[in-house]
Amino acid sequence: MAWTGKILRVNLSEGTLVAEELNREWADQYLGQRGLATKYLVEEIAPDCDPLGPDNKLILATGPLTGTMASTGGRYSVVTKGPLTGCVACSNSGGFMGNELKNAGWDMIIVEGRSPEPVYLYIENEHAELLPADEIWGTSVWRTDEWLHNRHQDPLLRIAAVGRPAEKGCLYAAIINDLHRAAGRSGVGAVMASKNLKAVAVRGTLGVGNLKDPKRFIEAVDAAKRVLANNAVTGQGLPTYGTQVLMNVINELGALPTDNAREVQFDGAHDISGEAMHEPRPNDGKPNLVRNAGCFGCTIACGRISTIDKGHFTVSHKPEYWGASGGLEYEAAWALGADTGVDDLDALTYANFLCNEDGMDPISLGATIAAAMELTACGALAPERTGGIEFRFGSAEALVKGAEWVARGEGFGLDLALGSKRLCEKYGHPELSMTVKGQEFPAYDPRGIQGMGLTYATSNRGACHLRSYTVASEVLGIPEKTDPLTTDGKPALVKAFQDATAAVDSSGLCVFTTFAWTLEDIAPQIDAACEGDWDVDKLLTVGERIWNMERDFNLRAGIGGDEDRLPERLIKEAAKTGPAKGLVNGLDKMLPEYYELRGWSADGVPRAETRARLGLS
Amino acid sequence: MQHLIVGAGPAGVHAAETLRRLDPDAGILLLSGEAEPPYSRMAIPYLLSRHIDEAGTWLRPSPEHFQRHRIDVRHGLVERIDSTHNRIHLNDGSRLDYDRLLLATGASPRQPPVAGVELPGVLPCWTLEQARAIARRLQPDLPVVLMGAGFIACILLEALLRRGARVTIVEREPHMVPRMMNPTAASMLKRWVEAKGARVLTGHAVELIEPNGDGLRVCLDHGEPLEARLVIPAAGVSPNIGFLRDSGIGLDQGIVVDRHLRTNIDNIFAAGDVAQGPDFSSGGFQVQAIQPTAVEHGRIAATNMTRDGALCHAGSLNMNVLDTLGLISTSFGNWRGAPDGEQVELLDEAGWRYLNLQFDGDHLTGASSLGHSDHIGVARGLIQGRVALGEWKTRLLREPTRLMEAWLARSLAAAPSG
Amino acid sequence: MQKALLIDPDKCTGCLQCEMACSFEHEGRFNPSRSRIRVFTFHHEGCFVPYACTQCADAWCLQACPVEAIVDDRTLGVKRVVDERCVGCKVCTIACPFGTINYSQASGKVIKCDLCGGDPACARACPTTAIRYTDADQTGYEKMRRWAARSITAAEATA
Repeated sequence: MAWTGKILRVNLSEGTLVAEELNREWADQYLGQRGLATKYLVEEIAPDCDPLGPDNKLILATGPLTGTMASTGGRYSVVTKGPLTGCVACSNSGGFMGNELKNAGWDMIIVEGRSPEPVYLYIENEHAELLPADEIWGTSVWRTDEWLHNRHQDPLLRIAAVGRPAEKGCLYAAIINDLHRAAGRSGVGAVMASKNLKAVAVRGTLGVGNLKDPKRFIEAVDAAKRVLANNAVTGQGLPTYGTQVLMNVINELGALPTDNAREVQFDGAHDISGEAMHEPRPNDGKPNLVRNAGCFGCTIACGRISTIDKGHFTVSHKPEYWGASGGLEYEAAWALGADTGVDDLDALTYANFLCNEDGMDPISLGATIAAAMELTACGALAPERTGGIEFRFGSAEALVKGAEWVARGEGFGLDLALGSKRLCEKYGHPELSMTVKGQEFPAYDPRGIQGMGLTYATSNRGACHLRSYTVASEVLGIPEKTDPLTTDGKPALVKAFQDATAAVDSSGLCVFTTFAWTLEDIAPQIDAACEGDWDVDKLLTVGERIWNMERDFNLRAGIGGDEDRLPERLIKEAAKTGPAKGLVNGLDKMLPEYYELRGWSADGVPRAETRARLGLS
Repeated sequence: MQHLIVGAGPAGVHAAETLRRLDPDAGILLLSGEAEPPYSRMAIPYLLSRHIDEAGTWLRPSPEHFQRHRIDVRHGLVERIDSTHNRIHLNDGSRLDYDRLLLATGASPRQPPVAGVELPGVLPCWTLEQARAIARRLQPDLPVVLMGAGFIACILLEALLRRGARVTIVEREPHMVPRMMNPTAASMLKRWVEAKGARVLTGHAVELIEPNGDGLRVCLDHGEPLEARLVIPAAGVSPNIGFLRDSGIGLDQGIVVDRHLRTNIDNIFAAGDVAQGPDFSSGGFQVQAIQPTAVEHGRIAATNMTRDGALCHAGSLNMNVLDTLGLISTSFGNWRGAPDGEQVELLDEAGWRYLNLQFDGDHLTGASSLGHSDHIGVARGLIQGRVALGEWKTRLLREPTRLMEAWLARSLAAAPSG
Repeated sequence: MQKALLIDPDKCTGCLQCEMACSFEHEGRFNPSRSRIRVFTFHHEGCFVPYACTQCADAWCLQACPVEAIVDDRTLGVKRVVDERCVGCKVCTIACPFGTINYSQASGKVIKCDLCGGDPACARACPTTAIRYTDADQTGYEKMRRWAARSITAAEATA
């Protein structure tokens, strides 16, 4: 089993809440979470619907291993049509929400329509209701969180909420759960707010069980935990430095996009690195990092808990930010730091707190501010358009003000809330937007890590590192080392990573386990828990099926092969420094081979025999 | 040394066991007023609801327990105490001598001053014998009137409804359980009880109970009279001190004791529901009539009976937990609050939850709740431990449910490192 | 030498593997709400504190139980709930000043840590050794519980 077998369908327009049986046939084909929720989405919405209209749906989905003792088994995904890209959007989050939903007896919540008034969804096991959100509408996620805990007098209520940017239509608004874990990318928060749904608050006390073979499951889980503990990355690097272990590594590799990707190395990289987070601050002698923290069930614990120097200009008059909260992970440190040229760790941490407090994707926010800085540098944006502050590369003040304005939905923040693509179009320089399909690319420069170019270009949710993290192979040698500077073999690598990741994202597990685990470690855990026979081959087929299903949706939404592109800069302007000096990304060499490997036509459409093989209509 | 303990409730039994532990050679006689093995009145509602059998009510499940500890358990009712000769007279004419005497005679339901309470269908639910009588009468659709909406009435509701009775509660006060919850919490409780199928008439007094065919008619001070086949008076209890009137032992609400639980007579002690013992919150003396206090009394009194003045009791914390048809309520210490204290309150009418914290300066001094049970004992730890809350007071005022965190933060922080 | 749970909050990452292990051991399901050990989160301080019954010598729960449904297993140093005896009166839940014995609505009885009969599942599951099962006299946790107990028993101060 492992699935609860129950879906909660919430129609906000009608105010109805209905329990449905999970489609078991689909669960066998799409596993859970990302795959299964996407299957429901593509079956239920018109691909051309307005992402922010009532016809779009928002699905919160757990995987079969969510809520179990499998390490990292606390994940859930938010699946919808994304407003930033128009593509299928799937944002994965940890924390404690997924587990709670599962403990309340639900595999999935499907949210439809649009409420006439702001509401929140309250779930206590089988009891679910919509309650008025008047008192929290217009407030931050953190305020909402506290209010709901008091309102229901339950410190163990798990809450996922949107902040003010989502309400104001920020296209990269995130859904934040447990104060600082995020379904971060692709603007899933904007979709939730567009439905007048402020929060989902869940308490589950039913427990997760019904495993196919509990004894074998515990054995498989224990064995897999030992693999994580004994691996250098998941056993030491990530707990100690978090994903920030990468900052110096990627910088030295010449793959750290800097100043809106004008450069590939950042002088201030060390100052914003994982190592720097351990160093005592000059002012108070305390390090930025308080400790590492785990999401539900996670035996890696890469999460950062940080503080800001109380004397720092960002918070010196704001004691509400003096406590510890979720700190910088690598993507956020890069976007808010290297990409904007800001090397002030406290300023970055503050901006990161704001992203958590009000629900913004720090990658898109940082990259959009970076784009505004380049627009400023080329004279397209004057300080009078940007609240009197000069958006110059390296300006911590601009970064902080930009983040505050987006958080509050004020002034130039409304422009920044559009995301890089629309901002650059508005100010006449679309070429300065470092996006694919409208979504900002993250912290790996495809000139220095070639496989990431193909990863970004073909990602079904717009530019994203998490769809096929070839960095693992090209930089860290996992599962085997490939040369980051060549395109050779990368299409196969990208396809393999994409399919495997789609399966992992559908299981309830965290993709970071794959620094240590292969599907050989994961399959026995799923197989012991779930009905059916789950081996590596089946998982890869499920992954490939999911990938093609997502692609199909995008095609039907009008987003085809001509959008499998990178920003001009990455394929025309060579890296100026570092190991990749003189290189551009070789996407044109990789893409046709990739299509062929995928069984797609030359314009990127899955062929009939590919569909048939995967059982797609 | 001969110890005589009058009363085989929790205070008496704990005292007897403590005496045996501290004085292996002493003679210990435990005199029970009922011809039953020592049992717990608290368990009676669960007997009525058939969760347990009679053995499940026994304070000590092993039949040999008292024999094994050489505690002589006898049945008998005290007629009077002759403290000059260290002797008690039983109503069967026999006498018992003692060196030390512990009075743990408990309490009894208050007899309502209403004509008709002596009628056969009027039965308190206090002793096992009474519980058996009530159990025999209970049957589906039996109309039952509970006189009083206090602790005992509430805890009986589950058993009565489970056995199919149609229950009406009549309470003189304007709200239910006035001794452990404020009007806000009590009105929520009333809604709950009504939603579960009992009728609640607060602000009504029973004026007369009269025969009515095979049954009874309960006349109220206003409104329609109630038809009943069974009337259960449950309007509070009073200490059993009647037999002490001429004993020379000091009496007030209960037996007057000092902080060693000693009465005004040197070798006579009192414990449990009958004793007006030290109260933690007020610093004064009061009858608490709760299980944990009875146990504390029993242990402290017994210790002082063998080791003269060894333990000085700083006071028991008055606290209660009540399960009314599944809605759990608690109260701790000075839950009503002090006139110049600070308080915080959370109310969730729809979710059946209520939480009220009372502070005095840096300390939590009282708490009451409905619908909370996880980690609730920590309210006692914070209050009775006199935990200095520091910045956690502000935190609790803002997020009152974080009691456990406050306890951990403040007790760990203040723990000596050595 | 009796053993006790040694808890080192500095090592705890808040992953709740212990809560799952505990509930799985006792209930056969992964259900943190039914765990006998709980991890408390101090968000502003950035710390996590696992906390379970300290099996304290005073045994407030045991003392308060009206029907002897909590017994002292001296070989393990454990105060154990005897399910067949517990009537669910909850007096122990208010008597325990540490808040570590809880009523379970599902079973109608109270639940508390029983050290899993000498092989605590929480300690086995903890990935960071924040929870260990070790000799009782060397635990800082032990010190804490003594201190906490003393602060309560001050009410019964020995004269």
